[in-house]
Amino acid sequence: MKTAGVIIVFLFGGLLVYGTLDFPDWGDPDAPASRHVSPRYIEKSLEETSVPNMVTAVLADFRGFDTLFETVVIFSAGLSCFFLLRTKRKAPEARFYRHLPTGIVLRIEKGGRLPEGSVEFERIDSIWVPHDLIIRATCRLLIPFIQLFALYVIAHGHHSPGGGFQGGVIFGAAFILYAVTHDLRDGLHRLGEKITIVLCSLGVFIYAGVGALCLFLESNFLDYAALAPVLGVDPVTARSHGILFVEIGVGIAVMAVMFAIYTNLSSVGKQDEGL
Amino acid sequence: MIWQFDLIILSLVVICAVAAISVKDLLGAAILFGAYSFMMCLLWAVMGAVDVAFTEASVGAGVSTVLFVAAVFRTTRRTTD
Repeated sequence: MKTAGVIIVFLFGGLLVYGTLDFPDWGDPDAPASRHVSPRYIEKSLEETSVPNMVTAVLADFRGFDTLFETVVIFSAGLSCFFLLRTKRKAPEARFYRHLPTGIVLRIEKGGRLPEGSVEFERIDSIWVPHDLIIRATCRLLIPFIQLFALYVIAHGHHSPGGGFQGGVIFGAAFILYAVTHDLRDGLHRLGEKITIVLCSLGVFIYAGVGALCLFLESNFLDYAALAPVLGVDPVTARSHGILFVEIGVGIAVMAVMFAIYTNLSSVGKQDEGL
Repeated sequence: MIWQFDLIILSLVVICAVAAISVKDLLGAAILFGAYSFMMCLLWAVMGAVDVAFTEASVGAGVSTVLFVAAVFRTTRRTTD
């Protein structure tokens, strides 16, 4: 069986490599893509959308439908993780509490628990006990800057590499870093499960809503030039602003989905004890 | 483009890919996959696709490695396959 698998893999790999021989060379000026498609975008994208970064202009304006459904794919990935993994939270076998001044760990059997807001005791996980002051302090210092960088990546996507997807992932990674260095309950305290789900949907809603708004203003779906009278700018600047709106929507959705997948995955859907 | 640089990165991509599927330790496989993503990111950057490189670095090398580690944390570390 294993040999058959290896043979099939090499056969199809060989076919794929053979197929790429028909491709035009890398950077070939006579390739169909560089003859008709690329010059159009290279020459007109700055003039039509006033966005210097062509990739962003193509991604969010000329090929806006693609990006809309990419966002929907990410949204459904988060949703399916939720439906597959999320289970009802049962009371754990035992809860563990660390007495902060002495470092003694208490084990309290099923049902029992210490008061939530206790200053002297801290609830800890039963399988993995993160308690490193240096890591915690360093990450507390780092996280605001990571989040600021994520916002910069989203807002500056017009001029430099970046945009909603990358910025959203970095923003979500900042929350994941918080949840890893503290514990999952602290992370969920910052960004709760309900808020995460609302934010997932809100991101997709912003994107589709901007598209639908263009439809109401007597234009095509996702034709941001129609937003010009609402924003009070000329159509070219309106397209640039429209790209920013949908990038913000993408960023919110991606950020929330990344954190939702992480919390469900690391806590086996119980949203209580995890990595 | 410097072909020596390209050759080193490309061979590291292949080594990481083969190692990631052949190693028995799942945590090691997750880390190797992260290294693979990072090498791919360098390759995109060399070819001038900076946006793709950025996405690969943040999604491939960053968050997906964390998600793999979170999944390995909830299963056994060694695979029998």
